[in-house]
Amino acid sequence: MIEISHVDKWYSTAFQVLKDCTTNVAKGEVVVVCGPSGSGKSTLIKCVNALEPFQKGDITVDGTKVNDPRTDLPKLRARVGMVFQHFELFPHLKIIDNLCLAQEKVLGRAHDKAVTKGMMLLERVGLKEHAQKFPAQLSGGQQQRVAIARALAMDPIAMLFDEPTSALDPEMISEVLDVMVDLAREGMTMMVVTHEMGFARKVANRVIFMDRGEIVEDAPKDDFFGKPRSDRAQKFLSKILSH
Amino acid sequence: MLGSFDFDVIRRSLPYLFYEGMTFTLTLTALSALGGLIFGTAIALMRLSGYKILGRIAGLYVDFMRSLPLVLVIFWFYFLVPYIGQWLTGASRPISVGAFASSLITFIMFEAAYFSEIMRAGIQSISRGQPAAANALGLTYAQTMRYVVLPQAFRNMLPVLLTQTIVLFQDTSLVYVLSIPDFLGAASKVAQRDGRLVEMYLFAALVYFTISCVASVGVRRLQSRIAIIR
Repeated sequence: MIEISHVDKWYSTAFQVLKDCTTNVAKGEVVVVCGPSGSGKSTLIKCVNALEPFQKGDITVDGTKVNDPRTDLPKLRARVGMVFQHFELFPHLKIIDNLCLAQEKVLGRAHDKAVTKGMMLLERVGLKEHAQKFPAQLSGGQQQRVAIARALAMDPIAMLFDEPTSALDPEMISEVLDVMVDLAREGMTMMVVTHEMGFARKVANRVIFMDRGEIVEDAPKDDFFGKPRSDRAQKFLSKILSH
Repeated sequence: MLGSFDFDVIRRSLPYLFYEGMTFTLTLTALSALGGLIFGTAIALMRLSGYKILGRIAGLYVDFMRSLPLVLVIFWFYFLVPYIGQWLTGASRPISVGAFASSLITFIMFEAAYFSEIMRAGIQSISRGQPAAANALGLTYAQTMRYVVLPQAFRNMLPVLLTQTIVLFQDTSLVYVLSIPDFLGAASKVAQRDGRLVEMYLFAALVYFTISCVASVGVRRLQSRIAIIR
């Protein structure tokens, strides 16, 4: 579904953020990407839907080459859902309109159909009664659930999560993770940048560990948590699992 | 001493002052603000676009307009537009544009320079995550601007845009150099005709002051209301 091969990215000639990154996500697979901050994991996931350009290598999503200048990027992005660290709901639109905007403007769905779909998804994330509110009236956890619903409204073939719980208060993290776990169990293809190792243990098929722009470890979940092969991954795990 | 003044001249000329003069002034203000906002937003988008050349052109335009006195631009434009029109349409003689159209074009172009800077600040005040989220949903650049960025930028900048419009309302009086009967021009005509300069100019000042003042208070109210919503 998502094939990343030999991707290099420089921010300037001096600073290389991604070094020869190669991995893939099969259909229905859940891949968790973790690593210390500044390791390039968010950058990598943003390369998948071309929110970040890269200089070398190839990324293919469902057979479409992301880095081909002839690729219709808006069309490709419409098929890949993305959830951001800071939710990025549109503050000037009501919750339901947040869900309808892209359905109508990108997919060309009729307004009433978009609303029906939107309400269905809001119900699914448990926020149906908030449809007429504005984003600022919702808590962080609620906003992130809306953001997930907004991405799902486009009927994506895969979902990208960029640290979806990092900006949340601790008591709100589980309500977002619950939605993500359900999604994973339904067979959604997911690439998730997160530090939530509990989530990784529960639903991930594979875990990728990145450090300084490199993919250091790319292993099935049990292998990763059982016996990480690299020192750096071991150190990272011992740090974030010690408490 | 007040006995030598004739304030009745104001009452007698009220219909002319307001039906003709104020109507013209308000029409010119509203259309200039609207045109300036649209044109100014386009300039702001040019300046913020990734294309260096577009940005340079827009930057030069803004600097140029802001370095000239408005009266001069109004004056020059009135004489130049017929020739530019001739050149553009290939007509055999300078086309007649009329004082209203000429002053409207002048104000739109002049205000666009100021509005563009306001809109630029407004667009820059939107976090980069917003366009990223819109793009991630598959919205094109134009759709992202139209449905996500510009509505927010406009809302954030509304008080500043309205304040600038109040300044514009006062500036429209400069069309008197083209002897157009805007509100001040109309008052001035009556003043000259009846030899009642003090009365008429005093009244004109009072009217400008009252309208601008009320509008400013309105903007301040609006500002505090917006602040609560956010």
